[in-house]
Amino acid sequence: MNSIEVTAPESTKSGRRPGDLLFGGSAAAAGWTVIVAVVLIAVFLLAQALPAIAQDHVNFLTSTDWAPNDKPARFGILQMLWTTVMSSVIAVVIAVPFSVAIALFLTHYAPRWLAGTAATLIDLLAAVPSIIFGVWGFTVLAPKLVPVQDALSGTLGWIPLFGRVSSVSGGTTIFTIGIVLAIMILPIITALTREVFSQAPRSHQEAALALGATKWEMIRTAVLPFGRPGIISATMLGLGRALGETIAVMFILSSLPDGAPWSWSIFGGGTTFAAKIASDVAEFTPGVGTGSYIAAGLVLFVLTFVVNAGARIVIERRKAFSE
Amino acid sequence: MKISRIGSATGLAVVTALALTACGSASNTDATNSAAGGGTSSSADSSTGSGTAAADRGCFTGSLSAEGSTAQQNAITQAISSYQSKCTGAKISYNGTGSGAGITKFIAKQVDFAGSDSALNPDKGEPAKAKAACNSTALDIPMVTGPIAVAFNVKGVDKLNLTPQLIAKIFAGKITAWNDPAIQAANKGVQLPSTKISVFFRSDSSGTTDNFTHYLNTVDPADWPQAHDKSWKGSVGQGKAKTAGVASAVKSTDGGIGYIEWGYAIQNKLDMASVNGVALTADSAGKAVESAKIVGTGNDLSLKIDYQTRTAGAYPIVLVTYEVVCSKYADATKANNVKAFLSYMASSEFQQQLTQVGAAPLPASIQQKVLASIDSIS
Repeated sequence: MNSIEVTAPESTKSGRRPGDLLFGGSAAAAGWTVIVAVVLIAVFLLAQALPAIAQDHVNFLTSTDWAPNDKPARFGILQMLWTTVMSSVIAVVIAVPFSVAIALFLTHYAPRWLAGTAATLIDLLAAVPSIIFGVWGFTVLAPKLVPVQDALSGTLGWIPLFGRVSSVSGGTTIFTIGIVLAIMILPIITALTREVFSQAPRSHQEAALALGATKWEMIRTAVLPFGRPGIISATMLGLGRALGETIAVMFILSSLPDGAPWSWSIFGGGTTFAAKIASDVAEFTPGVGTGSYIAAGLVLFVLTFVVNAGARIVIERRKAFSE
Repeated sequence: MKISRIGSATGLAVVTALALTACGSASNTDATNSAAGGGTSSSADSSTGSGTAAADRGCFTGSLSAEGSTAQQNAITQAISSYQSKCTGAKISYNGTGSGAGITKFIAKQVDFAGSDSALNPDKGEPAKAKAACNSTALDIPMVTGPIAVAFNVKGVDKLNLTPQLIAKIFAGKITAWNDPAIQAANKGVQLPSTKISVFFRSDSSGTTDNFTHYLNTVDPADWPQAHDKSWKGSVGQGKAKTAGVASAVKSTDGGIGYIEWGYAIQNKLDMASVNGVALTADSAGKAVESAKIVGTGNDLSLKIDYQTRTAGAYPIVLVTYEVVCSKYADATKANNVKAFLSYMASSEFQQQLTQVGAAPLPASIQQKVLASIDSIS
């Protein structure tokens, strides 16, 4: 038997209809605009940051000093990198299990009337401005977390990560900001994973049930593997927001003085890239002053890029389950 | 079906309400102050306005834009609303983005005058750049005295006296408990608890930090050898964002101490320490400004505050905010508008209102020089 070829209708001599051309062209233009914009941002960051880094008298990546306006300029991003990464990791570790559980509940366990309302309410959480979270975290949450932190550092204090830190009071620590960030990224991850789980092929789910699986086993074998790339994408989106969160961090986290000793503990203070830049933006001095902050911004940009690239690789490997 | 439609309609309404709240809170944090009181009336009304303002320069119709220091935010907001209620044709806006940003915008000719916590800095080439932008010398005109209070929160103690050396030692972390013998010696008869001292500083770049560390470095370089800087260079303490953050932290921590602008200390009902027995009042701050030396030439009135002043009854930790103006504006209307507004701000009529917003009025000797300097703007 000959195979039958199907081709698009050719109504014009050039081979493409104007509608196709227009739509294809605009889609390509939009895609290219985004790519060009990202490349231009990267170029801007590099152009401003590299001359400043050249004038740095200490190692940019391993020093904890931050004095770009001093005469021999000294600035290093180690402390900011640690705080940014730790607060985002805490946020993701807390938010992702919650989000996946909420998404599963909304798609598979909740009655129809509850699912709709609950979904709307969780999406409302995303509409709360960051500054509200900042003020709430500072006035309400931080003092309440002090006994929790004391308890954790009492029992787990032998691990450097949970060590007791006496210089930061009032609960305004990396741990607290991690929790606030978790609450902020929860609705984003939940909304996306909910969409993904509702797309899980019903035929697979029904087949699993027909073979005698319990509801949880059905979810574990038919829904979760299908949703894994979606969960990872959603987590990356949430992580991006957590890495770049500025106002809430500025208001809640106590920053450390310049000569503070290095601490591995999450119960200490610090500052993130975005919060540091926002704190000092009003007093930028041209030259090394501004360049050093843009260099910090560049590190954040690269960090987000690396994390997203890693996620893409993981998703590509799991592509087999996406059908 | 019906329930989910009502649910999503309600959800939409709540989301819209919250989004509009977000717009509201965003503009509050923006701290822009424009045309608040009655500045929208037409120029026909301005004639009645200027008739009643014969005492000072008079009213103008038009708009002025300024930007800069947040330390004088409260004072300028008060000045703008008072002026606009007198002169309904005037529209003045002041954006509190920071002294550095204000001077940058002034040099870029984007604002009519800038507010700054420190005079134009020759080390950064600012006077030269401003001169190039104005095509005439730029003048630093002191306008608002912002005393810096040393606020503390110690249970059971409401009056505290500190010497300059004690202040430097506490903020440098050399004294760590409230019942230290050195503090006790300055406070005979006061029962001091053994609470740990918790130091709070500004985590963002701030003119208040700059002036406070300048004070510490001048009066006690042995304990505070670091040069003054807008960022905290001390080795102890916790950094909080903005004055509101520091005030809040001091208020909620037993044993907390921090440096904040006088107005905020009053607003937050914080106890303030006296320095060498002198409590912070409008008078005592004014005495410190009176003893300042004018280091500017001609009509430029940059002041050098004497932090070690021996004047009796002077509270030494003050900062003065300057309005940076051109001595000659290219546009005559602009020059007139700037003169009108600034002479109102320097007038006794307004300066008396400053105590309400936590600033001290200019002492008479400085005020006269300020008015003369403003008069010279053309």
